Amino acid sequence: MMNIKSIYTAVKGLFILSVAALLNSCEVDTTQTVTTFDNLVMSDEFNVDGAPDSNLWTYDLGDGTSNGLPAGWGNNELQYYTDRPENVSVENGYLLITAREESFQGSSYTSARLKTQGLFEQAYGRYEARIKVPYGQGYWPAFWLLGNDCDVNIWPACGEIDVMEFVGDQPTKVFGSAHGPGFSGGESISKDYVLENGRFDTEFHVFGIEWSPDYINYYVDDVLYQQITRETIAEETDGEGEWVFDGPFYIILNVAIGGELPGSPNADTIFPQTMLVDYVRVYQE
Amino acid sequence: MKNIITKSNLIYLIALVLVVGCERELSDDAVLASFPKKGEIFTDNFVSMGSDFYFPFADAKPDVFSVDMEEGYESDASIRIDVPNANDPTGGYAGAIFRTDAGPRDLSGFDALTFWAKASQGVSIGEFGFGLDFEGDVHRASRSNVSLSTSWQKITIPIPDASKLTQERGMFWFAAGTQGTGGNAYTFWVDEIQFETLGTLRLENPFIFDGQDLSRDVFIGEAIAFENVGVVFNLENGQNVSVVAAPAYFDFETTDATVTGPIVINNAGQAVAPIISSNGTAVLTATLANTLAMGSFTVNAVGAFPHAPVPNRPAANVVSLFSDAYANVPVRHYNGFFAPFQTTQGGAGSDPNNVDIQAPFANGTLDNIINYTSFNFVSIGMYETVSLVDVSSATHLHVDINIRENVDPGDFIRLELESGTGGTTSGGSFTLTSAMLNNVDANGWFSMDIPLSNFPGFNDPANLGQVFFVSDNTITDIWVDNVYFYN
Repeated sequence: MMNIKSIYTAVKGLFILSVAALLNSCEVDTTQTVTTFDNLVMSDEFNVDGAPDSNLWTYDLGDGTSNGLPAGWGNNELQYYTDRPENVSVENGYLLITAREESFQGSSYTSARLKTQGLFEQAYGRYEARIKVPYGQGYWPAFWLLGNDCDVNIWPACGEIDVMEFVGDQPTKVFGSAHGPGFSGGESISKDYVLENGRFDTEFHVFGIEWSPDYINYYVDDVLYQQITRETIAEETDGEGEWVFDGPFYIILNVAIGGELPGSPNADTIFPQTMLVDYVRVYQE
Repeated sequence: MKNIITKSNLIYLIALVLVVGCERELSDDAVLASFPKKGEIFTDNFVSMGSDFYFPFADAKPDVFSVDMEEGYESDASIRIDVPNANDPTGGYAGAIFRTDAGPRDLSGFDALTFWAKASQGVSIGEFGFGLDFEGDVHRASRSNVSLSTSWQKITIPIPDASKLTQERGMFWFAAGTQGTGGNAYTFWVDEIQFETLGTLRLENPFIFDGQDLSRDVFIGEAIAFENVGVVFNLENGQNVSVVAAPAYFDFETTDATVTGPIVINNAGQAVAPIISSNGTAVLTATLANTLAMGSFTVNAVGAFPHAPVPNRPAANVVSLFSDAYANVPVRHYNGFFAPFQTTQGGAGSDPNNVDIQAPFANGTLDNIINYTSFNFVSIGMYETVSLVDVSSATHLHVDINIRENVDPGDFIRLELESGTGGTTSGGSFTLTSAMLNNVDANGWFSMDIPLSNFPGFNDPANLGQVFFVSDNTITDIWVDNVYFYN
């Protein structure tokens, strides 16, 4: 099987077509080269019980209003984020983000949103986490990156790379996306990946991107399922979109409840539930 | 070369075998079931089902099944079921099992029965399932009220615990009536019926007692049935579906074996916990595949049983259907379990000395009492396997009923006497009103002697075929004793 990166280097002009053909193929070729960056520069294996490592992780708290957003983090989400142990802790080798149904500070749900803002920020690299997600309508767990200059380059100009998003009423599907000027929110560039014989809520899976100055590759386990390039953005946005993925980004892990994308929880949705993160690792070329 | 194994080589070989044995777990392999692990049932033709595999329910219209050589899911063949009109004289609904005639199968490697289905109109099918074999129905499992449209869709019935299905013959069954079509006939088709390994199912929770935590006072001799038992699965599409599951999929437990005694399976195939103590408390729970089921039943033993008044009429003047005071005439059943309309449980079998409650009298003899639960209607039947009963010399019907819940205004129990059987019946009815039913003795028993002249239309008393009790769900839990005719 050909190495995607070497194809790119060798025959730049044909690259997009080749990858498009690869990605459009219904058959998963397990021999494909999924990643090429192997120089580990950061990892949290969550091996120390208690609060997450404060040298690496900080928090977004509340309902978004203190971040200058309307309540609901701009998406009409229903949760109030805290850093209480009830919502976020490290136990038995896992990071636990637990969403609860409880009346708290005017919200009906609590959860947590961890980020490495100001603690670990990097342009490019391979970002990977091994995660088991909660399920049921209303759950919206995510593993994503945000540009570190959103206070001056207002979103989406600062860029957002969603490594993994999941909505709880579609237990076999995840999707990876990128947001920037001309392609944000519902118009983001996005693709889903569906497990044929498994679920994301009953077992762990590895979610990752490999991000270079020229491409963002999205993978689940050993399957590369999407590539976004400058050309992709141009094609998807009729030339209006802009590649804004050259500056430092930071990592976010969160479990949102409700909002535009997943809809509100229903009578069958089970609370509390926990997103388990086995590790987060970042590599460079 | 000579076949000489030196001592050291032999030891080496033994060691090798031992090592290999540990790694491959030969001893485990040796006990694996040897039945075929075949999943396909009908894929445009029947697969490994043998020749004699179609068995309709006894009271269903028998000839509803055919193979349609024009309709099919991505093919031109499917199973066609013509559900009859409700008033079809040969049976008012469609229901049958497909039991392989080619030997049992090992289904333990699969996680669901799947098939594609459509109907001639939008309709809800009463039951689709597997594990019904008319040979004990040990692994019965089904989904109820499965909605079909006029285009093909895939139906998934998760297996509650596939590890139990190592030798199974009940491949597929259905029961379909016309409750949703105003009694009018329709047709549905099923295709690509097979057991599959989907990998996309999540066991949400098993449940007993519909997931409720129940409790009540109980008496020695009662048996508490684990009712409304099943499992909820979350499917690939995010939907929760409930699978009704037989007791064999569960492990049932009691917290105090001196209060309830061992849990056994009764004639109706239900798990029951007999009450063996006059005091104490026990909690009944269950697990499925090591997952605790939602729901429980806390029994609070309160002592001796509140018996019905013992009849004292001369036996010579009595024709008894159910009483310990008399020799009873043979009956076909104390509950006909008329699927799919009847919900009533209890009264299984035809033996008046082996029914739901066996409460000892002070002298040690047993007082047998029928306990109808989930009661909407039920009959005591004397036809087909037994003779119709001649009550032409009787002037009255006697019945004792103990209602195990509050009787509200408007609640009723209608008694119906029916002569003959099949298409040639006649009969009459008499309604016990809530006012009558509230007139009980200290033990809670309502006892009534009803002149047969109060059953207008019951004019063939020499050929009594069935005695019906009908509440239409206004009253759902009753004890019945001493049902007899006399003059």
